[in-house]
Amino acid sequence: MAAAATPNTTPARPTIVLVGHGMVGQRFLEELADRGVTERARVVVLCEEPRPAYDRVQLTSYFAGRTPEDLSLTEAGFMERHGIELHLGDPATAIDRDTRTVTARSGLTVRYDSLVLATGSYPFVPPVPGKDSTGCFVYRTIEDLLDIEEYAKNSGTGVVVGGGLLGLEAAGALKGLGLTTHIVEFNPRLMALQVDEGGGSALRRTVEEMGLEVHTGVGGKEIVAGDGGTVTAMELSDGSRIDTDLVIFSAGVRPRDQLARDCGLTVGERGGITIDEQCRTSDPAVYAIGECALASDGRVYGLVAPGYDMARVAADALAGQDGSFTGADLSTKLKLLGVDVASFGDAHGTTEGCLDVVYSDSRSGVYKKLVIGAEGELLGGVLVGDAEAYGMLRPLTGSVPPLAPEQLVLPAGAGAPAALGPSALPDDAVICNCHNVTKGAIRSAVTEHSCGTVPEVKKCTKAGTGCGSCVKALTSLVNDELEASGVSVDKGLCGCFPHTRAELYEIVRTLRLTTFAELLDSHGRPEARDGDGCEVCKPTVGSIIASLAPTLGADGYVLDGEQAALQDTNDHFLANLQKNGSYSIVPRIPGGEITPEKLIVIGEVARDFGLYTKITGGQRIDLFGARVDQLPQVWARLVDAGFESGHAYGKALRTVKSCVGQTWCRYGVQDSVRMAIDLELRYRGLRSPHKLKSAVSGCARECAEARGKDFGVIATSNGWNLYVGGNGGADPRHADLLAQDLDDEELIRLIDRFLMFYIRTADRLERTSAWLERIDGGLDHVRDVVVHDSLGLCDELEALMADHVHHYRDEWAETLNDPERLSRFVSFVNAPDAPDPSVRFVPERDQVKPDLTLLAGPTLPVRTLEGTSV
Amino acid sequence: MTTALTPDAAVGSRTPGADAQDATATVEIFGPQGWFAVCAREDLIPGRGVAALLPDGEQVALFVDRAGRAYAIANRDPFTGAYVLSRGLTGSSANRPFVASPLLKQRFDLATGECLDDPSVSVRAYQVRVRGEEG
Repeated sequence: MAAAATPNTTPARPTIVLVGHGMVGQRFLEELADRGVTERARVVVLCEEPRPAYDRVQLTSYFAGRTPEDLSLTEAGFMERHGIELHLGDPATAIDRDTRTVTARSGLTVRYDSLVLATGSYPFVPPVPGKDSTGCFVYRTIEDLLDIEEYAKNSGTGVVVGGGLLGLEAAGALKGLGLTTHIVEFNPRLMALQVDEGGGSALRRTVEEMGLEVHTGVGGKEIVAGDGGTVTAMELSDGSRIDTDLVIFSAGVRPRDQLARDCGLTVGERGGITIDEQCRTSDPAVYAIGECALASDGRVYGLVAPGYDMARVAADALAGQDGSFTGADLSTKLKLLGVDVASFGDAHGTTEGCLDVVYSDSRSGVYKKLVIGAEGELLGGVLVGDAEAYGMLRPLTGSVPPLAPEQLVLPAGAGAPAALGPSALPDDAVICNCHNVTKGAIRSAVTEHSCGTVPEVKKCTKAGTGCGSCVKALTSLVNDELEASGVSVDKGLCGCFPHTRAELYEIVRTLRLTTFAELLDSHGRPEARDGDGCEVCKPTVGSIIASLAPTLGADGYVLDGEQAALQDTNDHFLANLQKNGSYSIVPRIPGGEITPEKLIVIGEVARDFGLYTKITGGQRIDLFGARVDQLPQVWARLVDAGFESGHAYGKALRTVKSCVGQTWCRYGVQDSVRMAIDLELRYRGLRSPHKLKSAVSGCARECAEARGKDFGVIATSNGWNLYVGGNGGADPRHADLLAQDLDDEELIRLIDRFLMFYIRTADRLERTSAWLERIDGGLDHVRDVVVHDSLGLCDELEALMADHVHHYRDEWAETLNDPERLSRFVSFVNAPDAPDPSVRFVPERDQVKPDLTLLAGPTLPVRTLEGTSV
Repeated sequence: MTTALTPDAAVGSRTPGADAQDATATVEIFGPQGWFAVCAREDLIPGRGVAALLPDGEQVALFVDRAGRAYAIANRDPFTGAYVLSRGLTGSSANRPFVASPLLKQRFDLATGECLDDPSVSVRAYQVRVRGEEG
């Protein structure tokens, strides 16, 4: 505080006034709190916007469903906890440096000892005639977005002026709102600041393919307004004209330095409040940070990371600590309109004697350029369409890379060696650019601050909490470091096996093991060998052996031999255990199609056995309340009528739902019912790490809800689109498009491969949605493997599925045909004819329900199994 | 049933396989009226349970582990009230044999009836023996 205190302040407790509560303002407050300054000083914040600081970088995600609350950067209770006085909707209007007071719009006047200006910037609106017409907007605040969203409801076309970073975001937002969207950029290419000509044209092609109109090298000449001053068109400098209802100006920002000018602080010729390396303005009691400041290197930084640096430096100064801001790296990596764009270092190759290495593939919209110095050192680069390597390349800037530059730009699988991992980086390499966290800091978070998980390291270092683009590298570093320090996380399935499910699958497959006992005794943890296994590994291994059975030469029947002891009760009794010890029975109804005769049989069986019936979400009928000894009798009736097991009890394919499709529906474009039946019959009985659900929709209206399924198929006029990794339940996820416009044969081949690859690599109880998000490379990797056969596995995956299909047998019929197996379906081993007296029912709504008075006891929560991933 | 995994059963003892005698071996539970024959040894699959009815109407869950040891505990799952423990999966943890309830997965020590996940809960454990193979 020494630096800030002045002799003529009377109170012992000095006052710090912050003008502006944006991202940098909030960071400054956090830095003050971290240094304990908020305990020693009164802190007053004047904020123009009606809401506290939010994540302006992610502003556009509002249109993707994030609410203003989601975007908030201010932790609940933060202001109260630190005694900070925040005045929302009350901007500072004047500063009197002689009396050291700030006056706000409401008339509030605060005396300060130190003043910090974090007023940010304002959108630059070019002086085009008609720019103030109704229907013209800027793109800067949540309020701007709310206004645009409202106005767009009655608009058909929109023009975005500015093809830079924000302009592209705004254009994406308009497109998402359903408008025909034009981008007008004065420069000859998009994102002129960040990318070079080659990158710009790759970007342009991709943007145009998305259906946006791009006009470069032209400016707006006039905005034409119709009756009532409402926008109707925009005339361009080349004489052309775009009819439009709405215009967004997104042509850059300018520092908001008016307050500073008015009170006589020094500002730059082209704007920005002049500061020194400690972020002090020409008045030592006044600081300026963020986009409103003109740094000591003569630049105004419009990125958040340098703003955060300045916030830290100003807080240092107020706390009496050393810190300085001398300039910042302008590297950026963004995802704009779904396209990765990154630039770093000397992206434009301005260093004398530098040379380029360029990889360009117009077909897939990928452009990569590296700028190499005279000594072979990496100076910078531009990446468009595939910026995966950014996290590795940027920290290497200034050094000679360990691989030849051409190998660094080649796509994976095109002769490039294994990707350069973060382990190859030096300790001073910056991993998180947003928070300026080095590899060394991340390593020491693990080794010195005992962080044992990625979330802990994020909390400790703030790495990965900004734009999130470094999380992958961060995770890999943390895991490497944990393993190096011997704290390696036990990835074992349970107390019996040190292996993951995927590893056990490989062991069983390669060594052709057909029993759990063999596997446990040869590969179990030493203390578990010769033991009985546990409730986690037994069903897991049972499932692996079942799904590999035809290939291993094992009997696929899940109740044979030792397999019987491995099955959960549901699999063991081929029915679903309910709360009173009775079972429910679900016959397969492929695709949800059923004849009246079969419906009548189900009705008769349910009536004769007194079963409660309910239609399921998967278009089947569930019959509840059968005792163990009744199961074979019920099956016998169902099997006689042509039914088979629906595997509702197994971690296996459950249902393939369908809509009625082309046959009946006036919108349908393919026969979805037939396809659903084909798929259900193909994959029935397939044992997998978790249950599998599917659906087929006959047109894009998607009545079968296929995108909520593990694999979903949606008809197009050209064939089928295949979606994977969808889920309903507690953690819903829309399935991702894996491939489109497939014919029947291609569709089935892809699903064969996808399912077998999932079964091979997923963890126990890991649905496809969680698997897809967990595995390295995610959807792209899965697509590479199952569509492009990047691992050369596809023949094997297809053969495994062919084996499965060939060897499928109905488990109910098999059981009925074998007296030895049937003998297990009794309530009591010593009284085979006695029904279990505890399974009783009482009436409800013309059916039955369990009589729970017999079972009276406290209800307690489900025990969480180690390794359970729900 | 795989013979390799079904050596003769005896409480707490381990005798190598003698298939010929299995057919005659009988499993007995010590109930309120003394030893009570429940089933043949061969009715039990290692690692799985069956339910048995005692003369007083009590339900017992009967198990045999991989080493051939037999165990019996009450069949009623105290957490749900349902008579289902015989249908749970068995295993061993730190050398304690257990069964996990098929409903909410709590584990019970097969030898003592104690719940491994909540020491305040336990079920009755019964003595078991296999007759007809000692001699």
